[in-house]
Amino acid sequence: MSFLDNYIYYIGAFGLILIGLYIILVKHNLIKVIVGLGILDTGVNLFLISVGYITKGTAPIFSRPGIDSEHMVDPVPQALVLTAIVIGVAVLALALSLAIRLYQHYGTLNLRKIREQRW
Amino acid sequence: MRRIISILLLVIVAFGISLSLAKIPFGVPKTKVGKHYINEGVKETGAVNIVTSVVVSYRGFDTLGEVTVLFIAAIGLGVVLSASRKKAMREVTPASLVLSTGCRVLFPLILIFGTYIFIHGHLTPGGGFQGGAIIASGFLLIYLGCRERRISRAASNLAESLGGLVFIIIGLLGLVSGGYFLLNFLPKGTANTLFSAGIIPIIYIAIGFKVGSELASIIDNLIEES
Repeated sequence: MSFLDNYIYYIGAFGLILIGLYIILVKHNLIKVIVGLGILDTGVNLFLISVGYITKGTAPIFSRPGIDSEHMVDPVPQALVLTAIVIGVAVLALALSLAIRLYQHYGTLNLRKIREQRW
Repeated sequence: MRRIISILLLVIVAFGISLSLAKIPFGVPKTKVGKHYINEGVKETGAVNIVTSVVVSYRGFDTLGEVTVLFIAAIGLGVVLSASRKKAMREVTPASLVLSTGCRVLFPLILIFGTYIFIHGHLTPGGGFQGGAIIASGFLLIYLGCRERRISRAASNLAESLGGLVFIIIGLLGLVSGGYFLLNFLPKGTANTLFSAGIIPIIYIAIGFKVGSELASIIDNLIEES
């Protein structure tokens, strides 16, 4: 049980990453592939945050004097994830716009039917 | 066949990940640099929010690169979508009175909330990226509720360019005033007040304008296409 207590966040985050990878590899619909990309992005962010967590941690903000800095969580992964979330949104929007153009050009979103995208 | 190969690949990936993750303990401090930021951050940068001082001061150059990535994504989206757009203005049926009035009441409140978030980025949770996202959500509300309204492209481009320019000019001023790029050359003031932490609030305001206008232009491009 202590194994689960210790690693449940890692397991959850990498579960999301594996689900996203599976969707990207298997699905034929381009919109579903982009959704998988979003899930993978969320999993990576969750993993980075959980690496920086400290047991009984608080936010690294000295909002009042005399706050103890012993249990503050690591600020570096939080700073990385903060920008990564916004960039993830922009990249997702870029992928959706490419999907729109592909649909206008080929008339389908099925990757099996688009000849250049088949593997 | 493809499904079996994919599942085999995922099993291999999961096995490798679990081998490496078993070595990483959960819930204990891992980096020395994070400890240094927490212990010395308020003294060195003047910002009480340590995450902000990492984003803007310690890793300010990194943040400049990330803002550039966002900029390139927004530009790429505009180029991809506007390549063959027809200039026909579609007829839009106006929304009902309740919906459009509600949007008009909520829109300035959302703008004020987003501005509060990025002005107080060095004191409370929040900052330029979060405030910019909130402001863009206000524009999204206007696009969905009052469908005949559009933001002006010129104003959006102006805010975006000004945000980027302010960031780079402040960085260069630090270089000129005898130090390195993004040196915190303004007085740090007393911690936990609004006018403290030197250049950190100014840079976060610039980032807020830039992120807000970029996300709003992404929304604008995507809605024009529909």
